[in-house]
Amino acid sequence: MKRQVIDKGVHSGFLLIALFSITALFLIVVFLFIEGIPILDHVSIKEFVFGKYWYPTDDPADFGILSLILGSICVTLLSGIMAIPLGVMTAVYLAEIASPKVAEIVKPIVELMASMPSVVIGFFGMVVVAPFIQQVFDIPVGLNMFNASLMLAFMAVPTICSISEDAIFSVPVALKEASFALGATHFETIVRVIIPASLSGICTAVILGLSRAIGETMVVLMAAGGAAMIPGSIFDPVRPLPASIAAEMAEAPFGGEHYHALFAIGIVLFVFTFMFNLLADYVSYKFRQVGEASL
Amino acid sequence: MNKFIKLILILTAFILIASSHAVAGKLVVKGSTTVLPIAQKAAEAYMAENPDVKISLSGGGSGNGIKAIIDGTADIGNASRFIKQKEVNLANTNGVYPVPFRIALDAIVPVVNNKNDVAELTMAQLKDIYLGKIKDWKEVGGTPGKIVVISRDSSSGTFGVWKDLVMKKERVIPGALTVPSNGGIVQAVAKTPGAIGYVGLGYLNSEIKAVKVEGIKGSDENTLNGSFPISRGLFMFTKGWPTGETMGFISFILSKKGQELVKKAGSIPLF
Repeated sequence: MKRQVIDKGVHSGFLLIALFSITALFLIVVFLFIEGIPILDHVSIKEFVFGKYWYPTDDPADFGILSLILGSICVTLLSGIMAIPLGVMTAVYLAEIASPKVAEIVKPIVELMASMPSVVIGFFGMVVVAPFIQQVFDIPVGLNMFNASLMLAFMAVPTICSISEDAIFSVPVALKEASFALGATHFETIVRVIIPASLSGICTAVILGLSRAIGETMVVLMAAGGAAMIPGSIFDPVRPLPASIAAEMAEAPFGGEHYHALFAIGIVLFVFTFMFNLLADYVSYKFRQVGEASL
Repeated sequence: MNKFIKLILILTAFILIASSHAVAGKLVVKGSTTVLPIAQKAAEAYMAENPDVKISLSGGGSGNGIKAIIDGTADIGNASRFIKQKEVNLANTNGVYPVPFRIALDAIVPVVNNKNDVAELTMAQLKDIYLGKIKDWKEVGGTPGKIVVISRDSSSGTFGVWKDLVMKKERVIPGALTVPSNGGIVQAVAKTPGAIGYVGLGYLNSEIKAVKVEGIKGSDENTLNGSFPISRGLFMFTKGWPTGETMGFISFILSKKGQELVKKAGSIPLF
């Protein structure tokens, strides 16, 4: 056979494989919308997104997911507040400060944390952390927003840390040496040169970490408490979007209003993560370093 | 009751003989989500035994199940309550005679943390706790402390029983914690001193304390004799006296084997 023919075969073979995953993804999105849109026959978009009451099985039912959306946002923000400093600072330490020996040990451990199954983290939150939080803060219940955020932070730290670390590590040595040459201390170099130079990578890391947190299901299902109310404090139980879908889908009658409402929640969640990813793309494009001159 | 079962058993035998000649068919079962797990388990086992029968199952609630019998869109209508007079009238005007089969019982027991000294609650107190009107244990005779209300997800059958029998259709406060399973309630109540929850009878264990309702202890016995207030029968309705596969399926559920599946699905078997 001619080499060109083989080459073409390989080319189209790979194209087919690439198309396969894209098609599958596209079909899932189409399915999500086909199953979710019919809820609009029962409620308007405004009632759905801004309605305060989620009583999907009552007669008449209420399909307001504002409390669920706020639950998701609050949990994600709070976990961000905990995970971002931890993750980024760990990354700086690993890439800049730690001796190679220490980094060699710590880095695999951080990456191992990323591979921890979320159900394990959720169970840990429910069984160990909840009673602990409840006693330490002397509050009625330990399954709440704080607990879920803490667990999500656990999951986001490794993502944020390892991607930021790569970004920090790939800052050209010349920049660092130039900074030292000008008499800057190591700390000044990190704050003024290294971090700004790797900002695009760090932002991407943070956004990917948070988008993992907002889409995470098992942890919030087990540790967040699951009360569909607008939270008043960080110790209130909340019911984020993925938890609602996971908890109710199994028993929602196929093809009913509730079923469609859960798919519509899926659409909302999809929009959230999609925006996060767009943002990540935009940020990494906007702040990217071109060569060494643009700092 | 015994007579009823005997009658069913005789009919079962009769139908089993008859159905071996009957043409295989399709069964449509609709209705209550509480009965759904039982119907699902029974349908799987029944279809395994009779490979030429196709059973299609769907939920939609007790009202829909009975409605489907009346308008003929289902062979069996599941309901977690008895038929209402209004529905009987509607059936009569359509010339349909719905026949009820009680296939299982259901009992839900309120539970509290082991450290809680409240041993007994009335139905009214339970309702007020879940409405958020009673917020502190001292209002029901316990040691002062905030009540942590734990409920089940609104689509669960257990929640359905609770809503119908305790809440009388009123809404549980949005601030109630929800847990996706009976086991989850046990876990959460066991770890939270101020908690109250409710579980199916089969889930009681030493980690949590069952509360008497109106002075009556939740047990299989008290459910079967009808004295425990948070219990009810689960029904399958057929259009007229069932024949063919419909009868075969109902007989199967009422058989020893079928009742074991009822137990597996988390409800109380009739015998």
